[in-house]
Amino acid sequence: MKYSKSHDVMQRILITITIYFLVAFSFYLFFAGHNNPGGGFIGGLMTASAFILIYVIFDRRVANRIIRFSYPGILATGLFVSLFVGLIGPVFGDAMFTQYFDYFDLPFFGEVELTTAVPFDFGIYLVVVGMAMAATVTIAEDE
Amino acid sequence: MSSLHLAILLPFIAAIVIPLIYPLTKRLHTGWITMLIPAALFAYFVSRLQDTANGGSVLEEMAWVPSLDINFDAYLDGLGLLFALLITGIGVLVVLYSIFYLDKTKEQLANFYVYLLMFMGAMLGIVLSDNLMVLYIFWEITSLSSALLISYWFTNKGSIFGARKSMLITVFGGFAMMAGFILLYMETGTFSIQALIDQRDIIMASPYFIPAMILVLLGAFTKSAQFPFHFWLPDAMEAPTPVSAYLHSATMVKAGIYLVARMTPIFAGAPEWFWIIVITGLVTLTWGSISAVRQKDLKGILAFSTISQLGLLMILLGLGSASFTGDTIDENLVYSAAIFTAVLHLFNHATFKGSLFMAVGIIDHESGTRNIEKLGGLMTIMPVTFTISLVGLASMAGIPPFNGFISKEMFFTELLQITSMNFSGVETWGFVILVVAWIASIFTFLYCAILFFKTFFGKFEKANFSKDVHEAPLGMLISPVLLGGLVIVLGLFPNLLIPTVIEPAVASILPHLPADQLALDLSLWHGVNTELLMSLGVIGFGATLYMTYPKWKKLSVMQQDRDPFNSVYDKTLSGLSTGSEWITNVQMTGRLKDYFTYMLLFIVSILTYSFVRSDSFTLSFTPTEEAPVFVYGIIFLLVISTLSLFFIKERVKLIITVGVVGFLMALLFAVFSAQDLAMTQLLIETVTVVLLLLAFRHLPEVTQETGSRVRKSLHVVLSVGVGLLVFLIGTASFALRNDANFTPIAEYFIENSYDKAGGENMVNVILVDFRGLDTILEVLVLAIVALAILMMVKLRFKGGEDV
Repeated sequence: MKYSKSHDVMQRILITITIYFLVAFSFYLFFAGHNNPGGGFIGGLMTASAFILIYVIFDRRVANRIIRFSYPGILATGLFVSLFVGLIGPVFGDAMFTQYFDYFDLPFFGEVELTTAVPFDFGIYLVVVGMAMAATVTIAEDE
Repeated sequence: MSSLHLAILLPFIAAIVIPLIYPLTKRLHTGWITMLIPAALFAYFVSRLQDTANGGSVLEEMAWVPSLDINFDAYLDGLGLLFALLITGIGVLVVLYSIFYLDKTKEQLANFYVYLLMFMGAMLGIVLSDNLMVLYIFWEITSLSSALLISYWFTNKGSIFGARKSMLITVFGGFAMMAGFILLYMETGTFSIQALIDQRDIIMASPYFIPAMILVLLGAFTKSAQFPFHFWLPDAMEAPTPVSAYLHSATMVKAGIYLVARMTPIFAGAPEWFWIIVITGLVTLTWGSISAVRQKDLKGILAFSTISQLGLLMILLGLGSASFTGDTIDENLVYSAAIFTAVLHLFNHATFKGSLFMAVGIIDHESGTRNIEKLGGLMTIMPVTFTISLVGLASMAGIPPFNGFISKEMFFTELLQITSMNFSGVETWGFVILVVAWIASIFTFLYCAILFFKTFFGKFEKANFSKDVHEAPLGMLISPVLLGGLVIVLGLFPNLLIPTVIEPAVASILPHLPADQLALDLSLWHGVNTELLMSLGVIGFGATLYMTYPKWKKLSVMQQDRDPFNSVYDKTLSGLSTGSEWITNVQMTGRLKDYFTYMLLFIVSILTYSFVRSDSFTLSFTPTEEAPVFVYGIIFLLVISTLSLFFIKERVKLIITVGVVGFLMALLFAVFSAQDLAMTQLLIETVTVVLLLLAFRHLPEVTQETGSRVRKSLHVVLSVGVGLLVFLIGTASFALRNDANFTPIAEYFIENSYDKAGGENMVNVILVDFRGLDTILEVLVLAIVALAILMMVKLRFKGGEDV
């Protein structure tokens, strides 16, 4: 990747702020997924594009200091989380990948739907982030 | 999840835990911790004995993939429990023995016990599963884990050879068995063994009966080393001796016996079942016992002896299957004695063969050799091992007062009975079976005598041994002594375990007979009768052959200790490797273009074939609704930008134009109110363009297409074919939806996504709730792609490839 050596302060500040919005939006997309457009896949891609922006505007070393994850690790964690959620079903005598949900009346939040689909989707989210970033960074760092 | 499921899974859980705690417990031998698992399981299975008394059974259901009828249903009956007790009981002894056999400073103990626990769990899974597919999965895990155990000393070339051989042969049989299971499923619509037994009449009448039976038997025969698949067993002796004792005397090879016993209520009664099993068993019994005589290696002798004993068990199971043919219960009860003998001998064999393997392991461990030509005179040096071997070998040879004598006498009784059997021409051929089996027994006696006298008698030559020979440490002797003790106790008090262990097992093989009438009353002395005379004959002829052994062992047949069937295996294997090398050279050119050609060719031909076959090509242009004008605009742009790709020569412009096509697609999705798809497409497009730009300087120059005219035109034909096919599939599915008035599956999701999954976004609900397995597999593919990219970038190819 051609890393930006520019010292354009405006560009840096603007994009830094944008990144916060992008990450926040990706979280929104992730949680909204059950009832509105969104979900783990889209949320993951959105986070990944925010990360890619970091790599584009900052130096690679700076970016690596900001994002201290091993992407293959994130990938593997995501797979494990999703698989684990899928295996809850058999424990309760249901089929594999049975999802459970119910509505709870929590203080402060009001009525909230809690579902095992959220951790499952979170696994998908992690895999997508890990996959997109692992691919991009590997190709980018290749000399 | 019931305690029975936990019992099956416990060894697997332990197999995950052991490597984690291994570094913390360096000072203690890992075996001590491992031993807790089979010990606990053994106690658990003993406590379940009352459940299976009088032919009772317990079925614990657990859904796994209910839509495919694959469920982790555990079923405990007499047969399963007998095996579970053997697996865990001998498991404890084997682990105890291995603690002293394997040095904790030199060996990778964590690996060893992980493989062993995996194997134990898989065996328990086989014998306690009611579902055939689950049984198959566990079956293959035993193949895999036993190959790992055999190749435990992986620096040794023979170990790798033996492991690969056992794996190739048993996995081949496993595949055949699975095909047989699927045929059974096609006929009855269930994978449950108990349900299949209920539908016996349907299976018997079906055209798939014979193929299914042969396929299932292939699995059983390869696993329990029946002729002509027997030759993997001797090579599997490269494994450490505790493993041999466990796998090849008590458990793994018995899986085939178990399968035949388990399938008896489904298939038995057909003459084909009877003859295939009896003849295979008879050939195996004879061939195994004759081959054992030719061996020079102690473990080799035991390996062939196991083969021949397994043949004996098969004969008995085959004979017992006649008890499904009689008209009355009394008539059937007569033949049920063969099944009873089979189960009894199975148990006896596990005890004496286990102790013998351990004794041989001691000899190997303490003297450094297993060659009978070097061994000799160990009687005074190893008195305990000598006694263990004496008991074990006498029992195997069928000499009173040990348990092997009782089951051997009963075997003769069954053989004598078949000459009066009124079933499928057995009355004429039965005599041949009787004589051949009797001759095989003489050889059984002979190899027992060779093993015994060559090892323990004669002169002790110090020069033959690399080690200072002495008796084994106490700990190593506990297990074989316990098993040897069992051999004696069960010989003197043969009825000890009958009501609790043996009889329930017989009852579950013969569910159509009254359970309380199946047990026999055994006794060591039953008067002078034909069986006793036959036994005396075996001893007499065997002794004579042993006396004259030095004279006829110089025959060229006797010099060859490698089984002749090995050359067939070797030739097949080398043929396979030459063949696959050739195919690889043709196919794997290392050029991306060729790979795409192969993939697309395959896809196009498969899809065209299935479309032509089902006659699904329809061209339908009946509009259903008027589309808004801007849709035409988007489509126009889409077509224009796609066509313009042909005329662009610069790489950057190409990438941008492809990007435009992608964004226009996203726009189309958005217009047709598929927000999720549109959003995904947009983000994917963004990431792809970034990726393409990143990889930009690695891409080769855009050059004029080179290559022969034929190749070029093939590419053109292929591209046009793919385009045309996709178009046709599109119109066909459109026509199917509109003309055939097909109810789209969407209706179901519209109705149920909120009620059943609590989500309003249908797409997301489908992804995470209704089709969660698909999603996880998809992201698994993504993960593999990411890793592939990592690999390809980090490990460069050399030469003319362009990947």
